[in-house]
Amino acid sequence: MAIWLTENSKIIVQGMTGGEGTKHTRRMLASGAKVVGGVNARKAGTTHEGLPVFGTVKEAIEQTGADVSVVFVPPAFTKDAVKEAIDAEIPLCVVITEGVPVHDSTEFWAYAVEKGNKTRIIGPNCPGIASPGASNAGIIPADITTAGRIGLVSKSGTLTYQLMYELRDFGFSTAVGIGGDPVIGTTHIDALQAFQDDPDTDAIVMIGEIGGDAEERAAAYIEQHITKPVVAYVAGFTAPEGKTMGHAGAIVSGSAGTAQAKKEALEKVGVRVGKTPSETARLMREIMQAR
Amino acid sequence: MDLFEHQAKEFFADYGIPVPRGIVAHTVEEVRAAAEQLTGRVVVKAQVKTGGRGKAGGVKVADDAADAVAKAEAILGMDIKGHTVHKVLVEEASAIAEEYYFSFLLDRANRTFLAICSASGGMDIEEVAHSAPEKVAKVPVSALTGVDRAKAREIAQAGGLPDKAIEGAAELIEKLWCCFVDEDATLVEVNPMILSADGQVKALDGKVTLDDNASFRQAEHEALADKAAEDPLEAKAKEKDLNYVKLDGDVGIIGNGAGLVMSTLDVVAYAGEQFPGKPSPANFLDIGGGASAEVMAAGLEIILSDPSVKSIFVNVFGGITACDAVANGIVSAFKLLESRGEAVSHPLVVRLDGNNAQLGRQILADAALPRVELVDTMDEAAKRAAELAAVGA
Repeated sequence: MAIWLTENSKIIVQGMTGGEGTKHTRRMLASGAKVVGGVNARKAGTTHEGLPVFGTVKEAIEQTGADVSVVFVPPAFTKDAVKEAIDAEIPLCVVITEGVPVHDSTEFWAYAVEKGNKTRIIGPNCPGIASPGASNAGIIPADITTAGRIGLVSKSGTLTYQLMYELRDFGFSTAVGIGGDPVIGTTHIDALQAFQDDPDTDAIVMIGEIGGDAEERAAAYIEQHITKPVVAYVAGFTAPEGKTMGHAGAIVSGSAGTAQAKKEALEKVGVRVGKTPSETARLMREIMQAR
Repeated sequence: MDLFEHQAKEFFADYGIPVPRGIVAHTVEEVRAAAEQLTGRVVVKAQVKTGGRGKAGGVKVADDAADAVAKAEAILGMDIKGHTVHKVLVEEASAIAEEYYFSFLLDRANRTFLAICSASGGMDIEEVAHSAPEKVAKVPVSALTGVDRAKAREIAQAGGLPDKAIEGAAELIEKLWCCFVDEDATLVEVNPMILSADGQVKALDGKVTLDDNASFRQAEHEALADKAAEDPLEAKAKEKDLNYVKLDGDVGIIGNGAGLVMSTLDVVAYAGEQFPGKPSPANFLDIGGGASAEVMAAGLEIILSDPSVKSIFVNVFGGITACDAVANGIVSAFKLLESRGEAVSHPLVVRLDGNNAQLGRQILADAALPRVELVDTMDEAAKRAAELAAVGA
C-alpha cells in the first residue's frame, strides 16, 4: 500500500508527445508504472511510444480507465490542461510543468474547489509522486531507492532524491514532491494526513524551504493530528533577505518565512529537525532502527 | 520583479486610475525643468525599491523650482536601506483630505487573492495592522469571479471608508483589479490612496510586483527591468539562462535543483564556521534538471569570473541530470578556459551521487585535472571546500 498512487494506478500523460513528455513517459514505463495513454488534441487517434493518443482527458479515461494524469504541457497551456483534467474528474492530476504564472495556478485551484475537489492536484513545478516498487507518476528517478515504510513529502525535487537515496536501505511507501511554487495543489498537511492514515507508513520525512508559512501550519497540524514520528529538514538558513532562490516561493521577506522560524515551529511540537540532509537521514535512521 | 513608483503609476494611468502629474528626473537640472513644467508646489520623491522611504527622508515637499532643486540635492545619491537613490519623481503636490490604504495580493496560505483595505492609510499602516487589526479589512477575492464595481464597493465599505469616498474608491479598486490581472501582478499596493480636498480618490503612491513566470505573455515587461542595478555576474548568468544569485562569501557553489543548492549554501556556511575567516558561499547557482556539459561549463565560467571566489564546490545529485554529463562539463570548461589562457587555478571540490555517479567520478579521475578533488559526501565536501577557501587556496 501507499498513498494516492498504487500498483493499480493507470496513468495518462497530458503533453506526452512533446520532448519532456516523451522522455519521461519512457522512464515511467521502464520503472514499471502502468502508463496507458496520452492526450494531445492535434494527434488524437495516433500512437506514441506504443501508446494510444486521445483527444481529451475525458476520452482517455473512458477508453483506458485512467485515474492519474501527469501534465507536461508548456506553461502557456498548463491552466487549460489542468482545468480539462478537473472537468473530467480524474482523481489525481500531477503537474510537473515549471514556470506556470501564479494567476493561472490560483485560477485552476479555485476551479478545482468550485468543482467540488474531485481532483487532487499535485504541483505545479514539482517532481511528482512515486510509490517505489508500485508506481511512479512524474520525474522522480525510480531506481534511487526501494519500497519500504517511510513516507516523504517535500517542496524540493533534488532534496527529495537526496533523502530517498540516503535512506534507500529502509525504503519508502510513497514520496510526494509538492513543488516550491507560491500556490500549489497538495500541501504538506494533505500528505501528513494521508501518511498518518496509511497503515503501511511508519514514519514521515518532511522537507521544507524558506518562504511562506506552510511549514509553520504543518507544525500546528502535526501537534493536533499526527502520532507517527516526523523528521524534518528546512533549506535556506543562510539565504539573504529579499532574494529569490530559484523556486518562486523561496523568497525571504521579513521575519516570517525564515528557515529559523520554521525550524523553531517544528521543534516546538516535537519534530526533530536535521541541520543538513545527511543529519536528517541519520535522525530518521535512528527512529526506524528503534522500531 | 518589483517596479519603481513611477513605473507603477504609469501602469495605473494606463488603466485610468487617477495619479498626480509627475516627471522622472535623474539630475538636479532635470528636477528644475520638471518643477518648472508642473503647476504649484511639488513633491520630490526618491525612487527606490524598498519601503520606509518617507521616514528615511526620501520624500520632500518643495515650494518652487529652486526649493525642489535644494530638496533633490539632498535626496539624489542618498542611501535608503542599502538602495542608492539614482532618480526622483517630481510630482504636483496634492491637497490631501484623508489617507487610506489599499492593495491586492496573493494569499499563499489560502491559495486565493486578497484585497486589503483600510481607512487608516499612510506611513503607519503596518503599525495599525498590528495594534488595531479590526481597522484593516482583508477580503478574499476569487480568481474565477474577480472584482466588479459591486465587489469593489463591498471592499471599500469593509475597509471603513467614509460614504463620500466609497464611489471614487470603488472605481479605483475595480480598475486596479484589471491592472493586477492583465499585467500578471502578484502585488499592487496604493498607500496612500487619498481623498483630495476636491473630493477625488487618487493613487498617491504605487507598488507593483510582477510575476516573472508570466514573461512569455508579457513581452513588454522586460523593458521595465532595472538593468543598471543588476549585478554584472547575475546579468551575465541570466543571458545564459542560469539561475545565479551573487552572495558575499568566497566559496563558489554549483548544484542542481533550487532546494539542493539552498541546502548546499547552508551546509557550507556551517562548515565554514570552524575555519579561520569563516568562509561562506559566494553565490547561489542552480544548473537545473537535465543539465548538459555546456550548461556546466557556462556555470563554472561565471563563478570563475567572480574575483572573491577562492574555492569551488560542485554538488550534484543526479536525478534527471546524469553525473557523467556534469563531469564532462567540468572537463570541457577546464579545456575551454585553458585555451583562452585563463587556466583554472582555483581548487574544485566535487561531490557526485545518483544517476551515473560512478561514470562521472571515473571521467574526472581519468582527466586528472589539476586541483580537482572528489569527495564522497555532501557534508565532507562542504567542509573541504570551506577549508580550501580558508587557507586562501
